[in-house]
Amino acid sequence: MSEIIIKLFIAAILAGTPLLFGTVGEILTEKSGNLNLGVEGMMFMGGVVGLAGSYYYEQLVINPVGWVSITIAIICAFLCGAFGAFIYGVLTISFHANQNVTGLALTIFGTGFGNFFGEVMGNASGASYVAVSATTKLAFSKGISGLSAIPVVGPLLFSYNVMVYLAIAIAVIMSWILSHTRVGLNLRAVGENPATADATGINVTRYKYISTCMGGGICALGGLYIVMVTCSGVWVNNCISGYGWLALALVIFATWSPLRAMICALVFGVLSVMRLYVPLGIPMQIYDIFPYIATVIVLVAVSFKKNRENQPPASLGNAFFREER
Amino acid sequence: MSKTVVENKEPFVRIAKRTDISSSKALLIRFVAVLLALITGGILVFTLGHNPIAVYADILTGSFATKTARAETIKIAVPLLGAAIAIAPAFKMKFWNIGAEGQIMAGAIAASYFALFQYDSMPKVVLLISMGIAAFVAGGLWGMIPAVFKAKWGTNETLFTLMLNYIILGVEKYLQNGPWKSPASSFPKIAMFEKIARLPKVFGVHIGWIFVIIMVFAMFIYLRYCKQGYEISVVGESERTAKYAGMDVHKIIIRTMFISGAIAGFVGFILVSGSDYTLTESTAGGVGFTAITVAWLAKLNPFVMVIIAFILAILDKGSNTIQTNFKIPASASEVLTGIILFFMLGCEFFINYRLIFRSKNGGEKQ
Amino acid sequence: MSITSAIELKNITKKFGNVIANSNVSLTVNCGEILALLGENGSGKTTLMNMLSGIYFPDSGTISVDGREVTIRSPKDAFNLGIGMVHQHFKLVDVFTAAENIVLGLTGKSKLNRKTIADEVTKISQKYGFVLDPNRKIYDMSVSEKQTAEIIKVLYRGANILILDEPTAVLTPQETNKLFEVLRNMKKDGKAIIIITHKLNEVMDISDKVAVLRKGEYIDTVNTNETNPQQLTDMMVGHAVSLNIDRPKSEKLSKRLEIKNVSCISDEGLSVLDKVSFTAFGGEILGVAGIAGSGQRELCEAIAGLQHLKEGSILYHSGEDGHENVDDLVGKNPMDIRQMGISLAFVPEDRLGMGLVADMGMVDNMMLRSYRRGKSAFVDRRLPKKLAEEVRGKLKVVTPGINTPVRQLSGGNVQKVLLGREIASAPTVIMAAYPVRGLDINSSYTIYNLLNQQKSKGVAVIYIGEDLDVLLELCDRILVLCGGKVSGIVDGRTATKEQIGLMMTQIAEEGETVNE
Repeated sequence: MSEIIIKLFIAAILAGTPLLFGTVGEILTEKSGNLNLGVEGMMFMGGVVGLAGSYYYEQLVINPVGWVSITIAIICAFLCGAFGAFIYGVLTISFHANQNVTGLALTIFGTGFGNFFGEVMGNASGASYVAVSATTKLAFSKGISGLSAIPVVGPLLFSYNVMVYLAIAIAVIMSWILSHTRVGLNLRAVGENPATADATGINVTRYKYISTCMGGGICALGGLYIVMVTCSGVWVNNCISGYGWLALALVIFATWSPLRAMICALVFGVLSVMRLYVPLGIPMQIYDIFPYIATVIVLVAVSFKKNRENQPPASLGNAFFREER
Repeated sequence: MSKTVVENKEPFVRIAKRTDISSSKALLIRFVAVLLALITGGILVFTLGHNPIAVYADILTGSFATKTARAETIKIAVPLLGAAIAIAPAFKMKFWNIGAEGQIMAGAIAASYFALFQYDSMPKVVLLISMGIAAFVAGGLWGMIPAVFKAKWGTNETLFTLMLNYIILGVEKYLQNGPWKSPASSFPKIAMFEKIARLPKVFGVHIGWIFVIIMVFAMFIYLRYCKQGYEISVVGESERTAKYAGMDVHKIIIRTMFISGAIAGFVGFILVSGSDYTLTESTAGGVGFTAITVAWLAKLNPFVMVIIAFILAILDKGSNTIQTNFKIPASASEVLTGIILFFMLGCEFFINYRLIFRSKNGGEKQ
Repeated sequence: MSITSAIELKNITKKFGNVIANSNVSLTVNCGEILALLGENGSGKTTLMNMLSGIYFPDSGTISVDGREVTIRSPKDAFNLGIGMVHQHFKLVDVFTAAENIVLGLTGKSKLNRKTIADEVTKISQKYGFVLDPNRKIYDMSVSEKQTAEIIKVLYRGANILILDEPTAVLTPQETNKLFEVLRNMKKDGKAIIIITHKLNEVMDISDKVAVLRKGEYIDTVNTNETNPQQLTDMMVGHAVSLNIDRPKSEKLSKRLEIKNVSCISDEGLSVLDKVSFTAFGGEILGVAGIAGSGQRELCEAIAGLQHLKEGSILYHSGEDGHENVDDLVGKNPMDIRQMGISLAFVPEDRLGMGLVADMGMVDNMMLRSYRRGKSAFVDRRLPKKLAEEVRGKLKVVTPGINTPVRQLSGGNVQKVLLGREIASAPTVIMAAYPVRGLDINSSYTIYNLLNQQKSKGVAVIYIGEDLDVLLELCDRILVLCGGKVSGIVDGRTATKEQIGLMMTQIAEEGETVNE
């Protein structure tokens, strides 16, 4: 039995990690008052460009090194996601476009972007699909050698791939920054009340841009994870398949806290892998909608209790224009 | 206390709201935006080693040259336009319904039930009407759920409607894999509808296009000249004003979302009965999302939606042609659509605001 | 340092679209000096100060600090120059603590040390005589505590030039006195202070110099000890006005509204109306006085059918004596009340956010309360259009067209549209909440006259006001609210300002301790 629980836990962590990236990325974005519905699009962009980074690196050098490949992939994915978020930022922050619509446009664009370049690379590779070599694949899947051999604790804590630890590190650091530093305080003020933040001398526009772009970059890492880990380094069309939307749900589930996002991502991970380990006699497709139903329940629950804490940033979704009058 | 020296100059550029732009100038700005978007897309095409002009020409011929191509383009535009119309009243009320995708699916499932299981119990016209009504009601009810929560407890509708998309999609997948699976097929798929459950064609395209044109006029009149349309505008502007005027805000929100969802559901019926002749998990296929951008860019004006829906349909249809002729992946249409949307969203800024550049006499530009 | 002026403005001009908010304004403040910036609502005081604090950027003119010409492009520039502004609408983040708000936007060690910050805040509090718990969340604070947090925020940033925008508008007289004491302490400490106000007694009380603005124009600066309220009023309004509001004698009074023991709980669970009882008669103007937030809004909304009541009854009397008819309005929404045949006009405080639809023109706004007329599913715009033309002509509404969104009209014109519509419904009761707020003198008199006309027609007018002078000259009786309770009803002809001022605050202090 405990064997199964350990397996379930590990599988849940692996399934929850892309969500964690997407969630903390979107939390960072939303903390600045920007609701970016383009998570799905940015994940596509990050996934395909991260893959491209590793793939072309392997084409260029004779003996590709695993960690170099990973680093390149992560940097490429991050920058591409940040670029997608930057487009969103220019339109919503500088040009005051509607955030919902811009986010959807980014999703349309990003989805097309991912599938388009995935296919273009596949066509160019001659094999009709694009895939990274075994070296990179291994680098993206192996745990911490040595430590993961410890019984029980080893697999539970040290058997994951590097992206899992990265996601957790980002969540922890972000949580610390948001609640214990001046930058975090300023950022939260921007999302709560930009006019006030502006009056105290905070550069609202810069904060919004930086957090939106970094948030987009982090979301994109979730896309990279799906491509490199879930799909084993092969581009599969439409591979993100709703993870971005689910991440948006998780932001609510976590009530805008990166630490709670870790727990929530784990819960979602458990829900999504449970069917493989705990047969309940429910059809698979019905199982798949559990996370969405759970989110709806949380969404409704949050709206029931009229607490002043744990609420969305007060100015979420609004543009800021200093001379508005 | 030491004081920081501040340079004596104005900010390089400031922005100010404007209310005085002429409609021809606004139109020109939008035209320039689309042109710039096409140029950007052209550069992308060029870097892939193709001639952008040839590719664009191919998109146009691919979507217009033959009768079949024209019919196909219209077939793509119809649901897009229909869904945009569905979204209009909700958005007018500032109820961010991004659940048209799911409402389409809800309607499609309801219509399919009649098409699959009741086709032999009634004549064609009755069957089609039943399918339409079922889709209408199912879509409406699916749209009403988040509205009820929004009205009563202020639950965030953007995320609620979004989640419902995935829930109904799961329901469809379940039906497709289980109870409704075609016994004749080894794949999990639903049987094709019998002829009797298919919409008739008018001028080569299923009759859905006529329904949608009627919807365009009806929605325009509804929003502009009906008491309910007036109520929607007031609620959208300020709920407090609506209450002050004695309006039952909850009822209006719920009613409007029923209408919005119902129209989307009806679009689902048009899709399964007019173009696909079956129900699949990609019946809605992102139409509900794209339609939001259509509705928004048209400023919720149904007539403008017709134009925008057509532009996107042309891109969609044309991309299939360029895939065959140039080996450019069909997803290019999404990339191009995205680029056009970005530019059009961005250009609204230059219509609503003017930039004031630094200079003594305040010389201004756009 | 004391010889050069702390701050000097020269020929500042600022336009918003076609509206000139400030034209050629010049003024000077020295260290250790309090300047009162006096002007009516809408005279451009706040706009001018917003340019000092970097919120707006002037179209032309120069600003000098300590004798050096500077450019203030952002709030950051302003506070680098030692300029700190306390806005009328507090710029505080509700979910933060006082201390967090105070250090917001400052540079320093990137890690926040909440303990040190709290200590520093307490030190400043003690120096000038404030009381503030630095770890309290803003949403838990009273208005005066929030203001204290704002002022400390500015001081913490080392501001030498303080700008206070109508700081006393939300305070009780006692709190005002406390604030003035603190301001005097600051003055002794060598700070330059600009206080924006339109209350003359406060100007005389606290300031060293007075600068007067009128409709965006700079009039003059005078020394406080060489002037008097009459002269200041003349400068402010252009010509001498003794308030002289008409008060026609009430003709035949008839009982119209009887409010009995009305109590009301806010969404936050606080008691906002507590056993309020009074009677409003047709043919008189009943004034309602009280500090902002004493339950005035809830009272109006309760009568209009927009508030859920905890207890009590609202009885509407109609018909002549002998054939009297009494209806209870409790539990009825505005539509029900209308359908009972009762025409109740309500001019809410929030004109564009409640009384009117900002993005609609006059025509569509005219039908806001009557669009349901008739059985047709379509709206009939003929009557509203006629009404819009009528209101525009009769009340001299200045608008480019009757379909121009009312958002684009000036405050006075917006109010005329709203009041015009409400009066056109031939009401028997009119409730007007702060109907002259933000209006120039002429528009204000137009409004007073309209209300007096209604009174003469036998309408029961309930006037919620903030300016006691106006209440005392316009109203027949004045009901004073305090912390949601009625502290008394006085005769408008005999009562004194001091008397009402006292009633406004008396229960408040008890209320405060109850809320704790």
